[in-house]
Amino acid sequence: MIQFEKFQLDNGLKVLVHQDTSTPMAVVNVLYNVGAKDEDPAKTGFAHLFEHLMFGGSVNIPVYDEPLQRAGGENNAYTTNDLTNYYCQIPAENIETAFWLESDRMLSLAFSKKSLEVQRKVVCEEFKEHYINKPYGDAWHKMRSLAYTQHPYRWMTIGASLAHVEDATIEDVKDFFFQFYRPNNAIVVVTGNVQTEQVKQLAEKWFGPIEAGKAYVRNLPKEPVQEKSRSMDVRADVPLDMLMMTWHMGGRFDEGYHATDLITEVLGGGTSARLYEQLIKVKQIFSSIDCYHFGTVDPGLLVIEGKLVKGISMAVAEKAVLEEIEKIKNEILDAKELQKVINKTESVICFEDMSIMNRAHSLAYYELLGDADLMNKELGMYQRVTPSMIQHTAQQIFQDNNRNTLYYYSKT
Amino acid sequence: MALDRIVAPVIKDAIDFNIQLKPYQKFSLDNGVEVNAYEGGSQEVLLVDMVFYAGNSFEQKNWVAAATNFLLKNGTSTKTSFEITDAFEFYGAHLNRTCTNETATVTLHSLSKHFHEVIPIMGEIISEASFPEKEIAILKQNQIQRLLLNLKKGDFIANRLIDEYLFGFDHPYGKYSVEKDYTAINREDLVAFYEQYYLNGKCVIFIAGKFPSTMESLLNKHIGQLPLNKKDITEQAHPIISATEKKYSIVNDAASVQGSIRLARHFPNRHHPDFPAAQVLNNIFGGFFGSRLMSNIREDKGYTYGIHSYLQNYKHAGAWMVSTDAGKDVCKATIEEVYKEMKKLREELVGEEELKLVKNYMLGALLGDLDGPFQIISRWKTYLLNDLTEDYFYNTIKVVRSVRPEELQALANTYLTEEDFYELVVY
Repeated sequence: MIQFEKFQLDNGLKVLVHQDTSTPMAVVNVLYNVGAKDEDPAKTGFAHLFEHLMFGGSVNIPVYDEPLQRAGGENNAYTTNDLTNYYCQIPAENIETAFWLESDRMLSLAFSKKSLEVQRKVVCEEFKEHYINKPYGDAWHKMRSLAYTQHPYRWMTIGASLAHVEDATIEDVKDFFFQFYRPNNAIVVVTGNVQTEQVKQLAEKWFGPIEAGKAYVRNLPKEPVQEKSRSMDVRADVPLDMLMMTWHMGGRFDEGYHATDLITEVLGGGTSARLYEQLIKVKQIFSSIDCYHFGTVDPGLLVIEGKLVKGISMAVAEKAVLEEIEKIKNEILDAKELQKVINKTESVICFEDMSIMNRAHSLAYYELLGDADLMNKELGMYQRVTPSMIQHTAQQIFQDNNRNTLYYYSKT
Repeated sequence: MALDRIVAPVIKDAIDFNIQLKPYQKFSLDNGVEVNAYEGGSQEVLLVDMVFYAGNSFEQKNWVAAATNFLLKNGTSTKTSFEITDAFEFYGAHLNRTCTNETATVTLHSLSKHFHEVIPIMGEIISEASFPEKEIAILKQNQIQRLLLNLKKGDFIANRLIDEYLFGFDHPYGKYSVEKDYTAINREDLVAFYEQYYLNGKCVIFIAGKFPSTMESLLNKHIGQLPLNKKDITEQAHPIISATEKKYSIVNDAASVQGSIRLARHFPNRHHPDFPAAQVLNNIFGGFFGSRLMSNIREDKGYTYGIHSYLQNYKHAGAWMVSTDAGKDVCKATIEEVYKEMKKLREELVGEEELKLVKNYMLGALLGDLDGPFQIISRWKTYLLNDLTEDYFYNTIKVVRSVRPEELQALANTYLTEEDFYELVVY
């Protein structure tokens, strides 16, 4: 059970505090409710590029990192399709430094042309390192644009193409900042050796004077129900054939969400999971295989992807996966197998909650979903899943018309 | 009064923090195996780390140590591979294996309340591993496929080659596996290695987290009766034979859009008196996000997504390494900038402000690194396995606090010398 207190400033900023006096450290986590899905389709990759620019100096502080490092702190950030999250860990005695830095960049960035110019290049190198100069690096670009026709999940956070990143202008940067990086579109979470009263004072002092922005009303195109299965062939200079399949699944608020998560565990969680045991060990059709989902806020994708053993044909591999799918649709799950995946989930939650950093991330994320206390209810939601809910959810998701398949062939 | 956002809030310098490495408890099992324990934490979880002197420096054939370590849990005299994994996973527990140069570990992560259910299986793996032929065949097949995939990646090739240049292919730190090493392994190799280095091997245990009251008796029952630590296992000395040629450029993929750059030189291990101050110098050079390499090559020029330098601290020898992936057309310029930064450190004193920042950053990060039971035991594990005591910890802190720019410049002149670095780019 993670205890926390919550308050809101007049400008709309939500602040959560979780105290843990066993550590000398504190974490300040600032989540902005903006992700790659909020981008203009003609300017993709922007939320992530912007994350880089947040370190390029703010209106009163020329460099973000140095004062933090001088105070013994460390920081990082990440961007997903749903959100952007910044966090720093710092000795608790120096926590005000984090408030000073984070509030100044919420107040306004410096909008330096040099920073934009350099970070465009850095992000292009990141793009090359992860998505071009890497075997199968383009698979997810292709899968997303195959599986989604309308919803902005159809592009990746890094952007749909290098050109979008290269073309970003300082005006784009300013517009984006003042649209999304406002206190009323952010959640601050402070965890560690702190007191709520102290955090209240610091939050009022540093974030209180920042003016609220216009409320952001998210109005994203809905992905229509897929009516026919889709597929794409790719041939590339990779050593092994790869099969990747996705099915549309519900979003974070869908009543089948927890059952879906457990389905991916039954199929793909660890080496006692079905796909590993049947397709790698017993049948030796794949040399590696995974089943997972991204836990996206809006309706997402359930994924099965694996590399084929050399000499096995794509058709044989596909048939073998579909046989496992049929099994989970047609046969009711054994109570012990369900208990296993619930136990595993409990364990994952306990280990995750060990650090004040993860507790801060989770509190911010669940608050974004609507209520940080959902974090404490999560295990109960899993424990309520029954074998028939698993079967029912599997039958809903694993329909042929709902499937997208990428046949990724080795040219050699 | 208007809020002053220009002036930074007052801070307490991390160099003034009283940083303590909390002590561990020690006890022995019936068979003499030492257990080093740190109890604490906010969650009801624990870890058990069994460290065997069974790393790849003990093997006669390439890959035997790693394959033995990996296959420990793929079958015992009474259980199949699936039954073992399923038994751990049913209780939400995780059993990981890792094989490094000197040691190989079997690590259990478990909820405290289920520990008594899973420790018997951990004991069974150590005492009754059976290495079924079928499991060996599957591992070989999948390992060869994984290698084929990795050989497409420039960074993978670069990491292998730079170690080979430094230490020589016949040294445990410099060798790596090729396809025929995988095919050449047979069951007898694995069983023999297992019997010598696990079943009758030398082991030391590290545990951390929240312990059940029966912790000690459970360990004694399931591990303490095994025939471990009966004879001493002596490490063989391996001569280092470095490459004579210093500069390499390799084309692995003609269509590559980046080059994987590695620059490295020999460097002593942690027992050398220069080690603590060199860590400070390394941080200034390329050891963290605010370092000179990162500021210059990423944040000023945008040649790369990231560039890092680090002290590769193996038990018996080490290296000082610079590692980055940079755009194909700027690889040469990147290397030039790295050498320029070395030259600057040799010729100019580090400024007081910069030095103070790095000291505070290092000690603040250290404070964070010691936060939590797993982190504390992990630090003790590093020290004990490398024959270091807590004096090393406190001496390092003392040096970080007190080291002067003149000393760092002298170190730069000893170690950051262009002619001693191996230089490799893999496109």
